[in-house]
Amino acid sequence: MQLAQLLIFLILFPLIAAFFLLIAKKEFERDWIVKLSALAIGIVSIYLLITTYDKGALLVSVIPAEPTGLVMFILEMLIAVFILYLGIKYKKWLVVGLILVQSVMMLYFELVYAHSVHIQSNLFIDEFSNILALIIGIIGSLICVYSLGYMKFFHEHHPEMPDRRPWFFGVMFLFLAAMFGLVFSNNIIWVYFFWEVTTLCSFLLIGYTKTEEATNNAFNALWMNLLGGVAFAGAIIYLGMFGNGVMGLDELMTTGKVIALIPAALIGFAGLTKAAQLPFSSWLVGAMVAPTPVSALLHSSTMVKAGVYIIVRLAPVFQATVTGYMIAMVGALTFLIASGIAISQSNAKRVLAYSTIANLGLIVACAGIGTYEAIWAAILLIVFHAISKSLLFLATGTVEHRIRSREIDDMNGLVVRMPKIAVMMVIGIAGMFLLPFGMLISKWAAIRAFIDAPYGFLFVIILAFGSAMTVFFWAKWMGKIIAVTSDSKNIEGEVDHSEWAALVSLAGLSFITTLVFPMLSTKLLEPFLMANYGHVAQLSQDNIIIMILMLFLLMVMPLSILLPHRKHRHLAPYMGGRTTTHDMRFSGSLGVQKKTVLSNYYLHDWFGETKLKTWGIWLCSAMICIMVVSAVLRGVVL
Amino acid sequence: MINILWAIIFVLVAPIIGGLVCGIDRKVTAHMQGRVGPSVFQPFYDVGKLFEKENAVVNETQIFYVVCYIVFMIFTGALFYAGGDLLLVIFALTLAQIFLVLGAFAAYSPYSYVGAERELLQIMAYEPMVILTAVGMFVATRSFNVADIAATTTPVVLLIPGIFLGFLYTLTIKLRKSPFDISTSHHAHQEIVKGVTTEFSGPTLGLIEITHWYETVFLLGFIYLFFGWNPLLGVVAVVVLYLFEILIDNTNARVRWQLAVKSSWLIAVIAGVINLAALYFLMGGVS
Repeated sequence: MQLAQLLIFLILFPLIAAFFLLIAKKEFERDWIVKLSALAIGIVSIYLLITTYDKGALLVSVIPAEPTGLVMFILEMLIAVFILYLGIKYKKWLVVGLILVQSVMMLYFELVYAHSVHIQSNLFIDEFSNILALIIGIIGSLICVYSLGYMKFFHEHHPEMPDRRPWFFGVMFLFLAAMFGLVFSNNIIWVYFFWEVTTLCSFLLIGYTKTEEATNNAFNALWMNLLGGVAFAGAIIYLGMFGNGVMGLDELMTTGKVIALIPAALIGFAGLTKAAQLPFSSWLVGAMVAPTPVSALLHSSTMVKAGVYIIVRLAPVFQATVTGYMIAMVGALTFLIASGIAISQSNAKRVLAYSTIANLGLIVACAGIGTYEAIWAAILLIVFHAISKSLLFLATGTVEHRIRSREIDDMNGLVVRMPKIAVMMVIGIAGMFLLPFGMLISKWAAIRAFIDAPYGFLFVIILAFGSAMTVFFWAKWMGKIIAVTSDSKNIEGEVDHSEWAALVSLAGLSFITTLVFPMLSTKLLEPFLMANYGHVAQLSQDNIIIMILMLFLLMVMPLSILLPHRKHRHLAPYMGGRTTTHDMRFSGSLGVQKKTVLSNYYLHDWFGETKLKTWGIWLCSAMICIMVVSAVLRGVVL
Repeated sequence: MINILWAIIFVLVAPIIGGLVCGIDRKVTAHMQGRVGPSVFQPFYDVGKLFEKENAVVNETQIFYVVCYIVFMIFTGALFYAGGDLLLVIFALTLAQIFLVLGAFAAYSPYSYVGAERELLQIMAYEPMVILTAVGMFVATRSFNVADIAATTTPVVLLIPGIFLGFLYTLTIKLRKSPFDISTSHHAHQEIVKGVTTEFSGPTLGLIEITHWYETVFLLGFIYLFFGWNPLLGVVAVVVLYLFEILIDNTNARVRWQLAVKSSWLIAVIAGVINLAALYFLMGGVS
């Protein structure tokens, strides 16, 4: 009983907070509601871990399917009417069409099949859900806290935008509620309901500023996710028709591939759209128009993680099927192509977006392969990516407010101009691609998983190239930040305390998770793998010790600055013998004074966005076609 | 599994061997060019002299990055010789290399900046092949541990000849030899002055030299792994292949970075795909 209360609390409490945020008009009220709710959500999600610790998968059957299901259905229809209204208002006929199809499908299901479906347990919790709940509860809440400072600054500096902050924070918390619901639901119809709510929330948040670009991008995100929603609804109808009453995730796993593969493939397709895999990557890149905390939320703890969550959840069904391999190939190609595109991007948020798409691709690749080692790597990637990416987005947001630019080349000498934030950003970047931080451990795990899988060598080769590109674009960004420009002044000023609290917590988390990673693996991941796959994956003791040694070495090295040392003589950089002023100006031809400007390499000829994306869209669409055909063949023929 | 003794021996002995290898390198190069050349101990004299010089910097952070560079390069080599996990070794090498790049970026000087970007291009060029090499060795010996690979009775190089050739190709980049010395080299003959190392001088530059020695010994060890089943052959192969690298260095002009990256990738794709695919199917899909 207590467990059920905890789960319901995590789903409903953010909802209540959202309601109060909608009606709270005073700023200090909002501040306190957000902070206290964030604290409560964080604590309860940790408490949930403690109470369910070491208990494996727990099904919760106390919540009746009816009338909850009916309420959800009515809400779904209301959402559909709302989207329909907006679609007609803005003349987005694709969205109108998709929402109509989807609603008719769900209406049909409700009228014809719903009464024959009987689910024992609508909610459940296991180690994997627990990990996701921690990510949502801790990182998601931190992002909400950060938003307080960010949105205040945002509206002070954009007076032309309508201040709709009550709405903004309301939707943010609704998003958290929907995510909790998604990861705790065992009933697939419930999963679908929360799935649609996350689609709606992301649509509302992307369009927050109501500029033309924001509106267009919001609708772009909407139609892609609705397409996924149609596939999801298709899976539910299929289960209603042929599933013999199977409607729980747990039953779907055990019912055998003959029944499960087609709905799993459809839900997997929905997952691909939500996880912004090629050819559906453009909505996530377009989502960059939203205020930065929204991007942080979409990229790290919600939305895209819902997409990979469901694919990883269904991985046992995909394992060793053509369908699974095609999903894995979509992921692997997305990883490769998005990493390449990231090299050519000069806008920090776009680099982050493509890096997210790439990493999600890697997670999808692992999930599609579906061996226990691959799933181990996938879950590690989910965890570490959430931490480093949210840190990077939030740091970028804070920097953006000070330098009024998202261009990486404008972040020149950040270590001089904003030392504290620069350190946060460097930690975030290092977390994404360097040993001994989590993302690299996960990539390492992925390599090992791929080697052991049939045809895995293809994935290993793709991973080797993709990760080499990753090194290039992260390192050159890092180089920009740590360049010491002699003439710059410190313009950091007072960082809003809520922003600062979120940044420091996330930076701390990236170190702590790297340190406790062995525990995370043995206490949470291994039981999950054991229960679902009968095998466990782990790093050897020696390697863990070496990694911890490296982490300490990395943390100790900066202390070397404190050691007594002689003062060194400072010289100006070598400028080919020209007379140069201390701020790096030199006289060019005709005696014109020029300022030295150094810019990164972007290699547009090789890694141009349009070219690579076209390739990616065609290749991945082909893979998805094969995936659908193979699932249908297997389901129908066998 | 991890042998601390070998790690300690590496830390102490590698700079001596590495320095001597560089000295011999210069001697052989000189003979190839019809010169007498310096003493084989010349690299030690050079570095000794660097340490006597004044430490002039553009800014203090450079020194920090170079210290990190040498520390993590030693770490990489020690981990390798201690018999650690090959993938971990490769990732540690990347970490070390990134510190050198950061040192060059930190100076914010045009020449070192271009050098840093090019160094990153080089990393991007060789990294896939190096990872595939580790994977190839794993497929051949069923272990990622250097200790196991070195002690194997399997003729590794015969199982992964394609990967071996690909590795040799990228080795030229790693040893900073022509035609791939695009980010910096020992010869002052370039449009980017000294590239990555332009803004380092005195003791800091001395540290970079010593790091290079460590790295050379580490890379020679890497070559040995291909021949681990026959130690004598291994040592001979290491010597012959290093001499071969010197020959390449002296008979080739530097190429543009585009060619360096493209050709290394092409070779990695071809060598990697064909060799790994062949191994998978020959060994029955590797269980």
